[in-house]
Amino acid sequence: MSRLRALFLLPAWAFTLLLFLGPLLIIVVYSLETKGVYGGVVPPWTLENYARLLDPLYGVILLRSFLMAAVSTLGCIVLAFPLAYYIARSGRRKTLLLNLVMLPFWTSFLVRTYAWMFLLRDTGLINSALLAAGLITEPLPLLYNDGAVIVGLIYGYLPFAVLPLYSNLERLDKSLLEAAADLGARPWQTLLHIVLPLTAPGLRAAGVLVFIPCLGAYLTPDLLGGGKSMMIGNLVQNQFTSARDWPFGSALSLALMAIVMLLLWALLRRDGGEML
Amino acid sequence: MRQRLLPLYVLSVYAFLHVPLLILCAFSFNSSRFTLWEGFSFVWYRAMWNDAALAEATWNSLLIAVASTVIATAVGTLAAYGLWKKNARLLSGSLYLSLVTPEIITGIALLATFQWAFRYFHLQLGMHTVILAHVTFSIAYVLLVVMARLRTADPALEEAALDLGATEWQAFRLVTLPMLRPGIAAAALLAFTVSFDDYVITSLVAGVDSETLPMMLYAMARRGANPVVSAISTVILVALGALILASERLQKS
Repeated sequence: MSRLRALFLLPAWAFTLLLFLGPLLIIVVYSLETKGVYGGVVPPWTLENYARLLDPLYGVILLRSFLMAAVSTLGCIVLAFPLAYYIARSGRRKTLLLNLVMLPFWTSFLVRTYAWMFLLRDTGLINSALLAAGLITEPLPLLYNDGAVIVGLIYGYLPFAVLPLYSNLERLDKSLLEAAADLGARPWQTLLHIVLPLTAPGLRAAGVLVFIPCLGAYLTPDLLGGGKSMMIGNLVQNQFTSARDWPFGSALSLALMAIVMLLLWALLRRDGGEML
Repeated sequence: MRQRLLPLYVLSVYAFLHVPLLILCAFSFNSSRFTLWEGFSFVWYRAMWNDAALAEATWNSLLIAVASTVIATAVGTLAAYGLWKKNARLLSGSLYLSLVTPEIITGIALLATFQWAFRYFHLQLGMHTVILAHVTFSIAYVLLVVMARLRTADPALEEAALDLGATEWQAFRLVTLPMLRPGIAAAALLAFTVSFDDYVITSLVAGVDSETLPMMLYAMARRGANPVVSAISTVILVALGALILASERLQKS
């Protein structure tokens, strides 16, 4: 290998080691220490922070995060599958239709989350309109609950489901569908026995790619869930700010990181990374 | 009947994606403070324009985004070239991992690192820590875009240059780099966008002098209904949307 190429990798190595892998290592060390009286971390070394992950107090939040992420992932796939199917078969308009999915995604996550606050809050558009129309006399509690968070997560990560499904469905051989129809299969039979098995890799990729950011979400549950709909990300943030329990926050982060890596590893092992 | 159902479903998914943002933008021109339409007005844009704190936060955001974009684009482009035709699994793996790491984890890990480093150096959180953090998460985006461009490049051109007596540096500088230019520009625009929009990591590693536009927007959004937030949101959507479209154009050229 050439010297120049090796030299070119140095700056990226420096940033990765000092500001990504190094920090993760510090978190590993912190997770094995004890919380100091004034915050911070002190010896002795302990595994207690990991044992606390099983405490029902936090278990509820972990379980809820899993559930919310799972429901949001399902929602994304239900919305994305027909969409991806449609785009994959729309000829020259493909690029335009895909861009229409991606454009809001790339612009601003914060603004997109705020758009839902604007719609859902007590003085938001939906409640204002319903009140003005005389359909309700008091604003409906639409914001600051699990439902709002799930809508926000689906809204936020829908493109992560559309892209892998689209690239899978685009390669789907149309003649197979025609053959099924010719042989007398009903549309739902074709879907169940032909389309779904052939798009299993796309579905797996979509599932993992949406589930990961949903599970690690911070901003969406923070803004749309308020204090009432905490997820793992909020618990982590909480440990590093108000609770000042860095060791436990570190253990939580690593547990989350382990799940993310495990899911990715499973996906790559199974589908060879071609879907990414 | 079935033929109509799918387009209708697709249309409603597109509506789900776009209508909330369009409504938000539309109501930024509402003359009323409340969420009922009263009349067209620029009053919230004027309020936005006259807000000195907002101007400062925007300035900070621009400064951070420009600085981190310049550094990340250079570092990411060099890395993409270094990884071209050569596998450095650990490096590329780590960079891709940084893309899927939950932002809150990246943020607290950086915060912990900076706090730890400050025990040895007399420094504080501020613009420099925000810029370093932004460079770190932007490199992977740059790498992705430039790598995609490199995959379409013909390695034979560079080999020809080497055979004809060019040094490695000359072959890179005069043959490959010019081919990559549209990809690099697209990567820079993308890096700028992700930097300008970031809230989670920024809020953790920012100091007192480095409040950014997303941090201010977040604080205003939490405080309650405020049409100025809609006006700022509209400006951000239009500006970043234009950058993304430009980036897309460049990637396809």
